[in-house]
Amino acid sequence: MACNSSNCQSNCYKNDEEQAEDSPSPAYRKSSTSINGQNNLCVKCKANEPISCASVGSGGDDTRFCYGCFRSNLYGKFRLSVTSHAMITPSDNVLVAFSGGPASSVALQFVHEMQHRALKNFEASKDRSLPVFGVGVAFIDESSVYPDASEKVDDAIKEMRLIVSKLAPPMKQLHVVPIENIYTSDSIDGKDRLTNLLNAVNDATGKEDLLLHLRMLALQKVASQNGYNRLIIGSCTSRIAAHVLTATVKGQGYSLSADIQYVDARWDVPVVLPLRDCTAQELNLLCRIDGLKTFQLLNNPPAGINGLVSSFVTLLQEENPSRECTIVRTAGKLTPFHFNRIPEINDCNVPLATRRRQKRYNLKTIESMTSESFCPLCNSPLSNSDLLSSSSLESCQSSRFVGACCSSCRFQILPKDSSSREHFYTSLPQQLVARMKYGSCDNSSSLRQQIQDCLLSDSEDES
Amino acid sequence: MEEAADAKARKTGVRLCCLCDQRRAALKRPKTLEQICRECFYKVFEEEIHQVIVENQLFKPGDRVAIGASGGKDSTVLAYVLSELNHRHNYGLDLFLLSVDEGITGYRDDSLETVKRNEIQYGLPLKIVSYKDLYGWTMDEIVKMIGLKNNCTFCGVFRRQALDRGAALLKVDKVATGHNADDIAETVLLNILRGDIARLSRCTSITTGEDGPIPRCKPFKYTYEKEIVMYAYFKRLDYFSTECIYSPNAYRGFAREFIKDLESIRPRAILDIIKSGEDFRISTNTKMPEQGTCERCGYISSQKWCKACVLLEGLNRGLPKLGIGRSRGLDNDGRKDVKHSTGTKNIESKQCGTLDF
Repeated sequence: MACNSSNCQSNCYKNDEEQAEDSPSPAYRKSSTSINGQNNLCVKCKANEPISCASVGSGGDDTRFCYGCFRSNLYGKFRLSVTSHAMITPSDNVLVAFSGGPASSVALQFVHEMQHRALKNFEASKDRSLPVFGVGVAFIDESSVYPDASEKVDDAIKEMRLIVSKLAPPMKQLHVVPIENIYTSDSIDGKDRLTNLLNAVNDATGKEDLLLHLRMLALQKVASQNGYNRLIIGSCTSRIAAHVLTATVKGQGYSLSADIQYVDARWDVPVVLPLRDCTAQELNLLCRIDGLKTFQLLNNPPAGINGLVSSFVTLLQEENPSRECTIVRTAGKLTPFHFNRIPEINDCNVPLATRRRQKRYNLKTIESMTSESFCPLCNSPLSNSDLLSSSSLESCQSSRFVGACCSSCRFQILPKDSSSREHFYTSLPQQLVARMKYGSCDNSSSLRQQIQDCLLSDSEDES
Repeated sequence: MEEAADAKARKTGVRLCCLCDQRRAALKRPKTLEQICRECFYKVFEEEIHQVIVENQLFKPGDRVAIGASGGKDSTVLAYVLSELNHRHNYGLDLFLLSVDEGITGYRDDSLETVKRNEIQYGLPLKIVSYKDLYGWTMDEIVKMIGLKNNCTFCGVFRRQALDRGAALLKVDKVATGHNADDIAETVLLNILRGDIARLSRCTSITTGEDGPIPRCKPFKYTYEKEIVMYAYFKRLDYFSTECIYSPNAYRGFAREFIKDLESIRPRAILDIIKSGEDFRISTNTKMPEQGTCERCGYISSQKWCKACVLLEGLNRGLPKLGIGRSRGLDNDGRKDVKHSTGTKNIESKQCGTLDF
């Protein structure tokens, strides 16, 4: 039941299994009857032994594959999302957001493998027509928010440098960016303003979410400052399933579908999620058997609503191991936004196959998906009810900012009383204030949308 | 330290209602956590429901309205509040109580006694339709035959139809049910967990079945369960609060507990879930089953036979498994694709009593 929907293009093993159930072949029967025996075989290649449960310390579905089949299945899901949504094309320069967790470790590893293959092809080809895409890595250092973890973070950064340097050739640059970099001013002042900003938020969930938005801001900044044109985030099925529920619980049903697609181009640098079809369990298993070093820098479990949701999802997952897939599949049926696609490529450097594939999988533009207004804090598209309740007639700037926010941010992030609200507003990074100033309607990405067919390049480097 | 505690105690001792600022606060309102007095609670509770009725135009003057009455807290409070508001705001409604007798000894017979008392207390005419009369089977007999597995499926399917049939007998224009905000929030979550996009798009509508013969509405769509209990408690309303003997754990679903946990750290979460449910971008061309009528009984059905008739046929032929599980109906090859849904049981709470979603 896991991924048997028509919109799951992964060569998911569960499909094989279900077909096998419909018409039990002798081979399948053999493997299923001997599943408790000693000499059971991988359900896919039926040649090698499956990954032994004991050696990796995990039961469950993944272990019915042999190592080779498990890995190629997982890489296949990654590659299919990359190619079918034109996430990476030869002329691109991609930045991998690396937290040190299992998901981003796998994302980095897979992007590296893909780049390595491209390099080999490049060297082997006569005309060398296809350039190899560039890869960079970004780590956002949040030790100014969690001072207790700063030592741990420093150690981790050393190891990360080592990890990234080993992923060559081609060379990859690691950008270590303190989160306070979102402020244009010097770092000490930035730290203070960041602390003030977070301290002004009372709700634990709101604080956590604000930090998440700021992290994205920091990633966007490092990406655009260093000439990257894609940001790769390692969000996996499990993570997205939890987001579906948290967003629902926070009343963000309207904007939810914007966050869970393969592509999210509402940012200056489009964000892509190539691991959307992989579950956390699979990624953890791969990290363990591949010996990928992962870091757990923060020990504090998610707070408030986010914490409740994550324990709820764990409970559901125990009751039915494919629950996360079902949740993501349900949310996947919601109508996406116009920015949930990479503009179609007409660059002849891009292989025809890629362009054709993109045409096939890319979202069709629908009339109703026209210009949107966005919440200046979380950048989520505003629903009509949010727009109606926003008052643009407010005289003072901080109240105008509040009026432009979505109802969810207004409730859980923005301070209620006017003095701390003023304080909060003055501590905001410039970009967030600017989002509101330029009016949410003539936001650059929606402007871009309108003139898109006349633009020759994807990036705005020339401007 | 002691002084501070003392001052606090004195302060809480004379805490006044934050709405009227005159009477002493008697309760913390579950929806907003405001400390208010009893009188103000009644007032805001009733006023909110009145606003919901007016804004959504749930009723028209002269409508005959049946209140689905089980004798439980939700329907008892609904009957009480609707008759109050009908008088107070001159809705001009003819109200009726409509109960379904499933034939469960030790549960429904007792709760029906409550409804009968309500009939006298509120002066609303009562109509009882029974499974025995409609289908020839009581739930007791069904359980004797099929055991305690899937019995809620029978009960749910039969009840839905029984309510419609009862409403037709009463010649009412509308049926009002006691579904509260917690129920709707739970349904939104369950539909996400199950992957049911079609139901997800419908489950938050306050009125359903407008294309059918008798539409149903939920005046308590935004009313918290806790407040309903509180209202019934303070007003000393006469209601029945025993769990169904055939589904004693029906209220211990994961989703329900999750919602209770959410409510305790953020009361607004229930309303937010409903808002999300209303705001989901679901394209209108999502396939909806085509509605026809059952060839056997004439009730609305998307298949050749309605679900109740399929189940009934199974019972009468001694094949109770017929129609149980997620039936996809007959496909082109005429092959019946029946998939048993197991394991999803414990995530939901109200299998039983579910009418609409």
